[in-house]
Formats: sequence, C-alpha cells, structure tokens
Amino acid sequence: MRWRRLKAIAVKEVLQIWRDPRSLMIALLLPFTQMFLLGYGVNLDLKHLPVCTFDREGSQLSQALFKHFQASQYFTIARNVTSYAELTAAIDDATCGFAIVVPPDFSERLNDTGSAPVQAILDASDDNTANLALGYATAVVAGYSADVQLHWFDRQGRPLQQIEPMTVQSRVWFNEDLESRNFIIPGLVAVIMALVGAQLTSLTISRERERGTMELLVSTPVKPVELMFGKLAPYLVLGWLDAAFCLVIAALWFAVPFRGTLVALFLTTTLFLVAVLSIGYLLSVLIRSQVGASQIALVVTMLPTVLLSGYVFPIDQMPTVVQDITYLLYSRYYVTILKAVFLKGSGILELMTPILFLAVYASAVMILAARSFRKRLD
Amino acid sequence: MNAGTPIVAAEALTKRFAESVAVDGLTFSVDRGEIFGLVGPDGAGKTTTMRMLAGVLPPDAGSIVVDSVDVVADPEGAKQHISYMPQRFGLYEDLTVDENIRFYADLFEVPSALREERATRLLAASGMSQFRARLAGQLSGGMKQKLGLTCALVHTPQVLLLDEPTTGVDPVSRRDFWRILYGLREEGVTILISTAYLDEAERCNRLALLYGGRVLYCDTPVALKRHMPGALIVITSSAGRDARAAIARLAGVSNVVLVGDGVHAVVDDSRLRIPELRQALEGVNVPFANIAVGEPSIEDVFMALLDDPEAPR
Repeated sequence: MRWRRLKAIAVKEVLQIWRDPRSLMIALLLPFTQMFLLGYGVNLDLKHLPVCTFDREGSQLSQALFKHFQASQYFTIARNVTSYAELTAAIDDATCGFAIVVPPDFSERLNDTGSAPVQAILDASDDNTANLALGYATAVVAGYSADVQLHWFDRQGRPLQQIEPMTVQSRVWFNEDLESRNFIIPGLVAVIMALVGAQLTSLTISRERERGTMELLVSTPVKPVELMFGKLAPYLVLGWLDAAFCLVIAALWFAVPFRGTLVALFLTTTLFLVAVLSIGYLLSVLIRSQVGASQIALVVTMLPTVLLSGYVFPIDQMPTVVQDITYLLYSRYYVTILKAVFLKGSGILELMTPILFLAVYASAVMILAARSFRKRLD
Repeated sequence: MNAGTPIVAAEALTKRFAESVAVDGLTFSVDRGEIFGLVGPDGAGKTTTMRMLAGVLPPDAGSIVVDSVDVVADPEGAKQHISYMPQRFGLYEDLTVDENIRFYADLFEVPSALREERATRLLAASGMSQFRARLAGQLSGGMKQKLGLTCALVHTPQVLLLDEPTTGVDPVSRRDFWRILYGLREEGVTILISTAYLDEAERCNRLALLYGGRVLYCDTPVALKRHMPGALIVITSSAGRDARAAIARLAGVSNVVLVGDGVHAVVDDSRLRIPELRQALEGVNVPFANIAVGEPSIEDVFMALLDDPEAPR
C-alpha cells in the first residue's frame, strides 16, 4: 500500500465533496435537522395531558380529588363539563384525552362505607398514551384515597402512627428523572450516524462508474485497498464532525447527562463510523447505480438500527429469535455503548465486549469490501 | 533492450459477450517506437481490444505481452508500463486541469518536480497553458482530449494506448494532437491508436485493418495499398452524379463513390476498363476532363477489401 496514492484518492475525494453541494448537504444538514426532528418527535413521556372533569356532585371532597389531578405533573385540567354529551364532544374533538366523572353520591358513599368509585373515560385511539394515563390516574387516585383514609381515622380519634401505610421509597439509577429523552437521544445519535454514514459512501464507487471515470482509474496502478482507504478517510472526518455535532446537541441542547469520558466516546464512535462507512462502500462496489446503492444503504442501515438496536424498543422485550438476530447488528453495540457512556459513565474497560464486537464487525466489512472490488470492467 | 522483439504482442485474442463475439482470434504485434493503428468501422472490436491490452478487461482466450509483461497473468504489473486513454472522457469534470494532472501523476508516483516540468511542457504544446485552473467539465471536446493525453503522459509510459482519441475533435485540435504524438515517437514511446477515421490511418507507421473482430490485413499504409484488388480510377468531372449513374452498373466496376471533383471507382483491370468507362460516359454525354489510374487512399483500400470475396475473413 502506497501512502501517496492513498492520499491522492483522498484529496480528489475531498475536492469532489467540496464541489458537490449535494453530498455536503447530506453530511452537514441532515444530521442537524434529524437530531431536532427526532429528538423532539420521539418522546415516550406523558406530561400535562389535558383532562376534563365532570363533577356530578360539587362537594368539597370531589373538588379535592380534582386538585390532586391538577397538582400532578402528568395532568392539566383543561375543562369542567356539565353533561355527558359535552364530555363526549370534548373527547371527540381531542380537547382532552381523559375525563374523570365523579358520581352524585360520592361524598355520601365515602363517608358511609369508606370507599366510592369514580369513572375514568379514556381516548384509547392512542393506546400507549391511554395506558400511561390510566396508570398515572390510578396513582393519583391512590394518593387521594390515602389522604381521605388518614382524615377518616383522624376524625375517629385513632392515633395516626398506627395506621401509617407501608410505603416504598424507590430510587432510580442512571436516569433519575425517568426522562424517556435521556434514554432515546443517545440512541438517536447512532441512528443518524448510520443513516448519514452509509449514504455518503454508498455513492463513491457507483459515481465513478456512472460518470465514466472508472475505466481510467482501473487502468492505473492504484490498489483496491488504497482506493478504499483513500475514499473512506475524508468521510470518516465528515463523520467525526457529524458525530460531534449530534453529541453536542444531545448533551447541551437536550441536556442528556453526560457522565462518561470523551476518550471512550471517541474510540467507540470511530469504530462505529468505520463499520457504517464500510457498509456503504461495500454496497457501492456491489451495486452499479448510485440510486440503487443509496436506496439499499438506507434499508440495511436505517431500518434495522431504528427497529433492532434497542434505540427505542428494548431488546429484552423482543422474541428470543429476534433478540438473537440483534447480535448480528453493529448498531446494537453502539447504542448499548452510547447509553452506557452517557448515562452510566462507563469506560472502555466496562465496554470491552461491545467494543470488540464493533471492531470485529468493522474489520470484516472492510476486508469484504476491499476483496469485492475488482479492477476491471465487466 | 532488444529492438528486434515486439514491445506489444497479442496472439489469438478472443472476447465474447453475451450474444456476440467482439474479438475473434486477433493476432498482431507492435515494434518499439512505432505508431500502430487499429483501424476499422464501429463494432469491429477496436475498443474491446484496447481494453484487453490495457489490462482492464480479461480476454476469454489468447495472450498479450506488453514490454515483456504478461498482461493476462499480471495486469497490475503491466499497468506500470502502459498509459491508456479510454474512448469516453475518463477524467474528473469537477476537478480542474491541474488537479486532474496531479491526481494521475500521484497514482503513478511521479516526483512532483518532474510532474511540474512535464505538465508545463505538454500543456504549452497543446495550447492549454492558460486553462490550468479551469474545471475539466468546462473544456471543449478537443481540449478535453488534449488534457486526457497530458494526464496519460505525465508518467513516461513505454506504451501509449489511445482509443479513438480524435473522435469528435475539431481539425485544429486534431492537428495539435498528432503533432504531440509525432514528438512522442521521437522520444521512443510506442503508440497504439484506434480510429475510425481512415485519413488518420495514413499517419501511422503500420496498420491493422479490423473487421468483425478479426485482422483483415496488417502492414504499412504503402504496402496495404498494394493489397488493393484491382485499381482505383479517378474521373475528374463537373457532373459527378451523372458520371456515377452512368458507370455504376458496368461489369468489373465497383465501389463508385462521389468525391469533391468527380468520381472514384474501383475496377478489376484498368487497361481493359478505362476505354469502357470512357465510352460509357461519352455515350450519355456526361462531360469529363480526365480519366486515369489514381493513388488509392486507405479508405479506398479498406472499402475494396471489404467487398473482395478473396480477402481473409
């Protein structure tokens, strides 16, 4: 391998990237927009869900219940309605996704029997939100019940410490606020890098073929490895830029806690980029047209990374067969690494297994790509 | 190095594509320092032959040796000795003239001082010195070809392969181009050039006439003309069309073509046919100034050979 030929290819590629606004756009604008779009778009948290109340009693107790809802960060009381018809209309036009109905005999039953039902009506056309809302509502109501119970015992003149209910004090590690954003954004960086990286290199060889520059290129003494490294090098630099971009947005803009070291982040990101860029390059070697190569690159990088890397959908909840398949996916390791580096502050030693997998993967794809390239016209 | 052994030798070269045989048992050899022409119509197998010689297309059968390197067995080794200029413009249109030259010089590991000296000289010879910072895509057709030649020459190749380098090039650029080629021959570079232009063929030292993937004849232009079956008759006339109509169907006359100042025809026996032609023209009152045996061009020879049932096929 000759350094001079490798450098000649790299310099040529840089000039071409610089003069082709299309590839620069993919490289610089796409990660930026995707980061914001998906960073804000994908959110599994439920916050301030608009709630309608239908108070059929109008007592102190019923109003106290609503105050509990209002105080919760998950709900905001949007409207107080006075009939079922109005309530139905409010759910239909999505003014609220959730309604609580307090029955007319609420206080009476509560005082007599110590328990009374309330009705919850949910818009379950989005079942995920409905499930979450129901869970949170149950918690709010339980909190309220405990309050009521305490008051009841108090009025009966029993000492409070005797009936102090058992409480669980939970402590959440690594993502203390249970922000789904903290969990999603590091994985999102992987998704974007996979998309952009493979897109960029998927054009490099097919472009030489389509523009008719390949015939002259293969008539020179350049070696397939020199061509590959020369073509990958500028895109690796672009990839570093993109990754820095995305990671800075993640840490500063979305305020995802960053607890790891930059060394670990740099090493693992480089390995991932090399794997992704090599996949794009391999496709470019195998598929003749630029359009074809870029389409297939999209399918083999973006799709599995979104679905199978554990970026949003937890791998341990997948069927066993699918879980086994995810081991074949390079982005799985990077998503694991990113989450660990960001949230747990894991270092290179703790991450040795996924790092090794990534390294093996990247080398395997590069060897395959270098071998698939034939210096001939066929 | 022994001047007697050919620098390029192709033997029984064959290349088949899905439904056709592009090159069919081609054999020829080129001596060091000559300009050798592969001449033939489109589809004769010129480009396929050039690609095989350049080591970018493996032949199905046959052997190629360039500068003592077996191109079929070791194409990469041969590429150090060869410069190949494909028919289609193969340089980067989004790179400037200088950037393209530098790129190819680096791929052949030419020292930068040498590259600079050579690029300056070659660009000056082709009148392109003032375009060095221009993008290759913004050059005219002729200038692109001259840039291609410059890139091919930055690394002093032993053998230069040019595939139809002057197709679509204006006459002035074409003349520049040939002047550079003659200069290279003086320096001892062996040049293989393919062309469909038969007037260019006369500029070569030796020619291979290609047709249907085979060599019909391979010789110097002068010797090839002796292979011409029959003789070329030149009729000078102001009424060329009428003259052609009058003689086209006569026995022993073939390939009657209209030229600037009359008609060319090929006859089997000039002594016998000239009086007959004269008689035929006078019979229909076509005016003519002169009728005589002429010196055939390569084009005349080629056309006559294609029509000759005894020519090797």
